[in-house]
Amino acid sequence: MADATPVVRLDHVTKSFGGQRVLDDVSFDVHAGCGFVILGRSGTGKSVTLRHIIRLLQPDRGRVFVGADEISALAGPELSRVRRKIGFLFQNAALFDSITVGENVAFPMRRHTRLKDHEIRQRAQERLAEVGLEREYDRMPADLSGGMRKRAGLARAMALDPEILLVDEPSAGLDPITADEIDELLLDRKKRGRVTLIVVTHNIPSARRLGDELAMLHEGRIIVRGPAAELDRSDDPLVRAFMTSQHAG
Amino acid sequence: MLARLGNAAVGLLGSIGDASLFALKAAREIFVPPFEIRETIRQIYELGLRSAPLIAVSGVAVGVVLSMHTRASLERFGAEAMIPAGLAIALVRETGPLTAGLLLSGRIGAGIGAELGAMRVTEQIDALEASAVDSFRYLVVTRVIACVVALPILTTIMNFTGMLGGFFAETASNGMPLALYFRRAFSMIDLSDYVPATLKTMVFGFIIATISSYLGFNTGSGTEGVGRASTKAVVFSSILIILTNVLLVRIIFFAFPQAAGG
Repeated sequence: MADATPVVRLDHVTKSFGGQRVLDDVSFDVHAGCGFVILGRSGTGKSVTLRHIIRLLQPDRGRVFVGADEISALAGPELSRVRRKIGFLFQNAALFDSITVGENVAFPMRRHTRLKDHEIRQRAQERLAEVGLEREYDRMPADLSGGMRKRAGLARAMALDPEILLVDEPSAGLDPITADEIDELLLDRKKRGRVTLIVVTHNIPSARRLGDELAMLHEGRIIVRGPAAELDRSDDPLVRAFMTSQHAG
Repeated sequence: MLARLGNAAVGLLGSIGDASLFALKAAREIFVPPFEIRETIRQIYELGLRSAPLIAVSGVAVGVVLSMHTRASLERFGAEAMIPAGLAIALVRETGPLTAGLLLSGRIGAGIGAELGAMRVTEQIDALEASAVDSFRYLVVTRVIACVVALPILTTIMNFTGMLGGFFAETASNGMPLALYFRRAFSMIDLSDYVPATLKTMVFGFIIATISSYLGFNTGSGTEGVGRASTKAVVFSSILIILTNVLLVRIIFFAFPQAAGG
């Protein structure tokens, strides 16, 4: 069950790009151990929201908190300290293409722990085994399929045992079976590691699986928020259309 | 029409301002710990050592051509014995540093622009930040240090291989022995010729690394943007090297009057 203290809080966040408002006074909070899914059509600001949480983007107005820290106001070592609590699985995995899959997973450990080289290698190997890629340590990212890259990206995102896992479109570009596998891996991490999941998707079956709570973004605003069953009962035609969609891509 | 020109001018000034701030930040952070020693060494290898064959081969070719031109000029005055010294002075004072700078703006500038540009469009730079790594320090500062360190070394290689090329041309022309050639080559150059001219390539290295990193870091639109960043990196760093060279030569002549030939 979720804690009372929010691990992530957006407080009246507004963001524009080139005069176009992408987020318009967005506020929400996410509690520890919760699966929070942000839904919405393409271009409604879902990924932009996610990027604010790890401060890849800075709000024009409003504040973003991770635990008690206002991440939107941090810089330098303090920002780094807060970012270490967060793992980020990018839509295209964003693996470093000049190093091997194993070194991608080892990278955060090399940067932020004092573990010895063989310990880091062993832990990276364990992380890869958790996502079924134990044999791919020495392969280059370019040699992997899309699904394997995503799993490797998940292994890297989990390398430092983060408290919060941000996931951008986990099923994008994947076949339904691979997409289900990624969802299962995320659920498994959530159950075993008490990770707070914040997922952006427009895949309703995936959102139902991962989300204890769903929020729908439309034209930069959250128009509805609640458990999937609540959204199912919504009178809003857009929400209804979305929730009855079986689109899985 | 006028409004469009005005907008273009404002855009250009904005980009120059951004690039200058980027360069200032890079210059400042070179001296601020923590230092990315491992990555810096890797970049010195990638950008420096791996450029050595290009520089060495080019140096030999430049030396051969310079020797042929010098011979054609000095023969008229019966001063063929001065060919090694003339060639060495030309190489060490100007031809070596400038040619090395321009060649490396091509190889290194294009490489940095394309690599960082590709990292930007594939979100690898964001992934670095998300991994709690300062991407500017990790990607830019390490490359700036590597270029500033590598350029003088590569210039020295160019000077030496240029002289070697000159020797090949001379020995083919009149059978001059190696020892005599180098004795004559070094007879008229001293440290005031070598040190300022070679150290100025540290500035060239700084220009190449910062301009290329700036363009790569700010790549916007997919693979087309990566190509543009790479091309612009070569063009702008080459132009800036040539322009900065004028200023640096003035400064060197002021600080080391003997380097002006006095």
